[in-house]
Parts: sequence; structure tokens; C-alpha cells
Amino acid sequence: MVARAGPVTALRPLGFSAAALVLVLIGGSVVAVLVRAEGGFSLAPQDWAALRFTVLQAALSALCSVVLAVPVARALARRRFAGRGVLVTLMGAPFILPVIVAVLGLVMVFGRAGWVSDLLGVFGIAPLNIYGLKGVVLAHVFFNLPLATRLILQGWLAIPAERFRLAASLGAGPRDIARLLERPMLRAVLPGTVMVIFLICTTSFAVALALGGGPRATTVELAIYQAFRFDFDLGRAAVLALLQLALSAVAAMVALWVAVPSDASGGLDRTVERWDATRTGLRVMDTGLIVLAALFLLLPLLAIALRGLPQIAALDAAVWAAAWRSLWVAGVSVIVTLALALPLALTIADLRARPRVARGVEIVVYLAVATSPLVIGTGLFLLIFPFADPVALALPVTALVNGVMALPFALRAMVPAATETEARFGRLAASLGLTGTARLRLLTLPRLRRSLGFSAALAAALSLGDLGVITLFADPGEATLPLLLYRLMAGYQMDAAAGVALLLLALSLGVFWLLDRGGRVDAEV
Amino acid sequence: MKYLATGLMALSATAVSAQEKPVLNVYTYDSFVTEWGPGPAIEKAFEETCACDLVFTAAGDGAALLARLRLEGARTKADVVLGLDTNLTGAAAETGLFAQYDGAAIAFDLPVEWEDDTFVPYDWGYFAFVHDRALADAPDSFRALADSDLKIVIQDPRSSTPGLGLLLWVKAAYGDGAESIWADLSDNIVTVTKGWSEAYGMFLEGEADMVLSYTTSPAYHLIAEDDDSKTTAPFTEGHYLQIEVAGAVASSDQPELARAFLDFMVTDAFQSVIPTTNWMYPAVTPEGGLPKGFDTLVTPETALLFPAGEATEARDTALEEWLRALGR
Repeated sequence: MVARAGPVTALRPLGFSAAALVLVLIGGSVVAVLVRAEGGFSLAPQDWAALRFTVLQAALSALCSVVLAVPVARALARRRFAGRGVLVTLMGAPFILPVIVAVLGLVMVFGRAGWVSDLLGVFGIAPLNIYGLKGVVLAHVFFNLPLATRLILQGWLAIPAERFRLAASLGAGPRDIARLLERPMLRAVLPGTVMVIFLICTTSFAVALALGGGPRATTVELAIYQAFRFDFDLGRAAVLALLQLALSAVAAMVALWVAVPSDASGGLDRTVERWDATRTGLRVMDTGLIVLAALFLLLPLLAIALRGLPQIAALDAAVWAAAWRSLWVAGVSVIVTLALALPLALTIADLRARPRVARGVEIVVYLAVATSPLVIGTGLFLLIFPFADPVALALPVTALVNGVMALPFALRAMVPAATETEARFGRLAASLGLTGTARLRLLTLPRLRRSLGFSAALAAALSLGDLGVITLFADPGEATLPLLLYRLMAGYQMDAAAGVALLLLALSLGVFWLLDRGGRVDAEV
Repeated sequence: MKYLATGLMALSATAVSAQEKPVLNVYTYDSFVTEWGPGPAIEKAFEETCACDLVFTAAGDGAALLARLRLEGARTKADVVLGLDTNLTGAAAETGLFAQYDGAAIAFDLPVEWEDDTFVPYDWGYFAFVHDRALADAPDSFRALADSDLKIVIQDPRSSTPGLGLLLWVKAAYGDGAESIWADLSDNIVTVTKGWSEAYGMFLEGEADMVLSYTTSPAYHLIAEDDDSKTTAPFTEGHYLQIEVAGAVASSDQPELARAFLDFMVTDAFQSVIPTTNWMYPAVTPEGGLPKGFDTLVTPETALLFPAGEATEARDTALEEWLRALGR
């Protein structure tokens, strides 16, 4: 065991500190709200109904996203075509859109007066009605299909090329490959993917309401909102937030318990060639799937772009200042995410001998995404207010919270890569006496580069598009781009808002592409 | 050294002049302080009269504003809170965080009598359903709307000020019959959104025939966009009023300045900015009258409003009915 005292073990205190920071941030804010509450903490019958609906819509959304993402990821994994990289980046855009923009984009395409309904009208078919549970699931699939596809695609790319080569030389067809190579990989990747999406969907509120068609689509987050602003019942808000956290913790535990660690023996990083996928039927199917997914994800983006394009020239200095501020916040968020995610991922990989501890650490981090933004914001506000002016700290706090919120996605991408690196090269590195920063520089960072780039890209884009906690802290003169967008809309300036939406979309995509690309300069994805 | 000394003197001079100027902190809602909102013009006008520094802090909407003040309690740095409406003033007064206003009696141009010893109104408007002028058979009541095939988008009363306004509108008009009106309206409601912006955006995309907004909304399209295609449907039951008010905070360290601001609020310098920035009616019509275009707006014959003391109770009953009727 002495030989294992590499840099990874040395990082453990850092990893645990990172997890502790997340715990303090979440726990601290909920406790701050609870402490400030006066009176009892009772739940009303409709709160239980909200909890049931939250679980139902989140579970359906997560399952639908993943079930649809598997064939799309498989198609993307075994096809090479011009513009594939651009398509993969573009398809990731819905995930990073501000909610209000995405809702309007979806409505422009799939709404009662949307493009699809117009087209159906030509053939005398009644317009689509997307409102209700199906609308909620549709919107959540729109948001999360790209994330699911990317995470599953990474699983596919992690299968060493040698295996496909061996399979081909043994005459394995698509069925055999699915059974021997792909299903074990999916068994390892899917539970975590389902869980992450489930957790994101539990805090959904504006989307669930707007497309849910009415109060039947009341989620826990809406109940928290009501407790906070309608009844000013902080106790109820905090208890509901705790309930949401407990639900998420259970979901995370189940997912991590169901997931089997992939066997992480690797190959020589050759480019994968898929001899099994050359049949015409499979080609047609894959092409069809990619086209369908691209249409579903890109049409609403196109609608947003078309609406915003005529306005983009009219954007004034305030918008550019807000854009600059948002980029600054996103930059800090990326640093926060990476500074926390790297030691966390390495620690979790290093704790393979103690899986329970590793799981515990992971679950704590996943809770970040499932915590009510309103409660975190309120809690932080209450914590900061006695000591400093929250308004003056608006941007740093936003950057910190956004960075922490992106952690679960970063871990989802980095833990498998870190585990694989440790399994494949850990012994070699130890036998060579490769320790300290040299090991980090020569082994860990190069092996993790792709997932680091993806995590940074996701953190930046999420931070750019997120309204997060800034609404409670915001200084009127220091708006971020999403906040400006909401304010424009609240002041009837729908056209200007459309221009800002397009700018936000372009910035998010640009930053995402740059960072993601930076992580795989010579890699083909 | 010489430069350093000069620099330090210059610095301390600015520090002193900054100290000499008292600061008035006004908490308000988001859209008030944006560059196209009333905030900038009002800040400039008031600072010309007060020899002070007026600083706006924005916090969401009216309900978020009150929640923010309650979170901060007596330690708040707010001197004035601007942007509560009559549905919130009851709860706001109960917090004990507001100081009484003892200014001169003001002749308000409100559709109702105004009596309140704490809050001062600065603008008002009627809730109404906005639709395209081209819409044939626009309904003239909730009953007619419920019986029609028209589609509407509304806001959730739990998260939106207009949503709450609609809830109280139906309650004020129909009393115990409100629940059955909602039940009949349920097939007209395309969806319920979190806030006004989503709903209005969806309406502009053609997702519904009508959207809940204000009778003054068409004025924006007419004056700012030169577009007269939007109008509102007058309802025979009457229209629910929203009166927006401001109040001085009891714990303020600038009580005179806060009072001066409330006094200033009902003068022309403030009131003349309101119509074409906040798109509401001024509480005291300025000398020059209302801007051109406001004369084209629908003016309801009956104004409905729950008194501040009754709004909270009516709201809770009405919300239960609303949830029951639409949750089916």
C-alpha cells in the first residue's frame, strides 16, 4: 500500500474538502432558512400532491430522455460524416438555454400555432396540443436529450477499438456486439445518466408549469415558491427543500447501487472503426435517427435564431456590458467547477477499495443539482446579510453557486475517466515512481483532458444561461445576460429580448465549443 | 511624495463630498429600474431637488420585494419600498416595518376612494384580457368567455402578480360562484405560466387568442411600436384594479428624505414619467394630461377591488377554489 501513496492519495483531503464545501453550501443555506423561520413546519395535503407530480414527471422525463438517447448515441458513435462535430455541439445547445427562451422556442415549433401545427393544418389535421404531462416531458427531453446523448456517447467512445477489432475478426454481428460490448457499457453508464437527469427535473418549475397546462403540474419547487412569496412561510419552504433533497438522495443512492462499475481495462486509443455497422439497413436507421434527433433539437433553436436575427444589430451597450459580465461570471464558475471536480473525481477513483465512502462523496455532490435554487439563494442571502451587502457580492456568489451546480455533470464525465486512468496506469505509474505534480502533468491531466474540457464547457455554458441565485442579489446596474433578458421581457421589450436570446445562445455555444474542443484537440468525437 | 499627498487630499475630498450627500435607498421591482423603465428619469429628477443620492435596489416583483424586506427585517438598509400593490399592503402593514405617512392630503385620480395612513399610490391600472383587434366576437364577460371556444393564457396566482389579480377579479365579480366560473373556464385555458412575460410572449407567438394583462398594454404597442392591432376586451362585471404604492420604512435613518421622496412621487416630475415607461395610469394626472394614445384605451365602467384588509382572506379562499376547479 505504500506504493499507492501517489498524488491521488495526497489529493484525498482536497477531495473531501470539496465535498464538505458542497455540503456546507447546501446544508448551510437550508438551515439558515429553517432558523429564520418562525412557527411550525407543517406540510399541506397539496404539498404531497406536488411531491408525487414531481417524482412522476422527473422519472418519466429521465427515462424518455435516456431511452431516446441510446439509439442516437449509438448512431453517432458508429457513423462518421462531415459536420458531425458541429452537430454534436449544436445538439448540446438546448441544455444551456434559459428556460423562458426554450419554452418560447418549443412553442414556436410545437405549439398550437407552431410550425408543425401549421404544416398539419395544410393537410387538414388539427393543431398539436402539447400541454399537459406530455408537454412537460417533451420539454424536459428537449433539455436533457443532448446531455444524455453526450454522456452515453462517451461510454461508447470509452470501449477500446481493439475490442471492436477483435469482435470483427471473430465475425461478430451487430447483435453479438450489442450483447458483448455495448450492453455491459450501458449497464455501467445508464443508471448515472438517468439519475442526473432525474435530479435536474426535480427542481423544474417554470417549464413544468408553462407546458403542464395548469395547477395539475405543480412541482415541489412551485410549492416552495408559493411558501416563500405567497405565504412567507420560511419553515414550509425549508421543509419542502429538505423533502426534495431527501428524494434526490434516495434517487442517487438507488442509481449508484444499480450501476456496476465498468471494467476499466483499456486499449491503445486507436480510432474506432465499426466493421459491424456497414449494412445498409443499419445505415438507413442511423441516418434517420440522427436526422430526427437533430430536427427535434435544432428546429426550436432555429426559431429562436430567426426571431432574434433582425434584432441583433440593435443591441445596445448595456447588452454588451451584461454579456461581458456573464462571461466573467462563467469564467469564474469554470475555475470553481474544475478546482472542485478534479480532486473529487480523483478521490472517488482512488476510493475504489472503499466503495461506500466513494458513493457517499458522490451523492453529496449530486445533491447540489437537486437543491431548490430559491432556497439556496435565500439561505445564502440570510447568511451574508448580517456581515456584508449581498448586492455587492452578487456576481461572486453567482459564480460560486453556478460552479457548484455544474459539479454533478462534471463528475459524471470525469469519474469514469479517472477510474479508468487509475486502473490502467496506476500500477505502472507507481512502479516508475511517478508521483506528485509530475504524475498529474504526465499522466492524470492528459488522460482526463477530454472530460476536463467537456466539464469546463458545460460549466461555462450552464453558468452563462443560468439565472440562478442572482435574482435575489442583483444590482440594477450589474445585470447578467439572462437577467437582462428577463427584465427586457418584463418591460414589453420582446423584440430586444429575442435579440438578447440569440446572443446568449451564440455565446453559450461558442464558449461550449471552444472549451470542449480544447479538451480534444487531436481526438475525434 | 508631493504627488502622493495631493492624491490623498483629492481622495479624501471626494470621500467627504460623498459622505455629505445623504443616500436614499429605494427598493423596487426589476422592471422599474431598467433603462427603459421609469427609474433613470425619476432618479435624475429627484436628485435635482434633494441634494442626495437616490439608489435603487431591484428585487424581482412586488411579492418578491415584500419577501425581501421581511427577510432583512428592521436591519434593512431600505428607506422606501416602492412597488407593492393593494393585494400586498395588508400583509405589508402587518409586518410593522413601515412608517406612517403624514404628508398633506393629495387629490388622487384613482377610480376608487383612497384612504391609507401608510402607503402612497403612484400608479394604477386595470387587469384585462388583451387580444388582436381582428378577433371576432371578443367576449364581454367571464361567462361569455367560458362559453366560447376562445383560448387564453393566464399566470399562476402563486407566482405572479397579474395571476393573483385575475384570481381576485373573478372572486370579486362572482363571489361564491367563482369556482364554477373557473371550472367552466378550464377548457379555455391553454396554459398557466409562472410569470407575465412567458404568458405575454406565448400570446404574441399566436399560442392563444387572449392573454391576461392590463388595459394599458395596447398603449405600449401603439406608442412604442406604432402598432394599433392590440386591444382589450371590456367585461360587464367590471375590471379588477391594481394600485401600486410606496411606503417609508420605519427603521430608516433618513426619515425626512423618505418623506420627501413620497411627497415628490405625486408631483408632475414623477407622474409624467409613469405612463410611457411603466405603462400604467399615473396616480395624479400630470398637468399636460395623459400621452396621446391613452385616449384610445378601453376604460371599464366598474372598478373592482378588495380593501387591503380583506384581500388576504379572499385570496386564500379564492386560491383553494382555483386549485380545485383547475386541478380536476
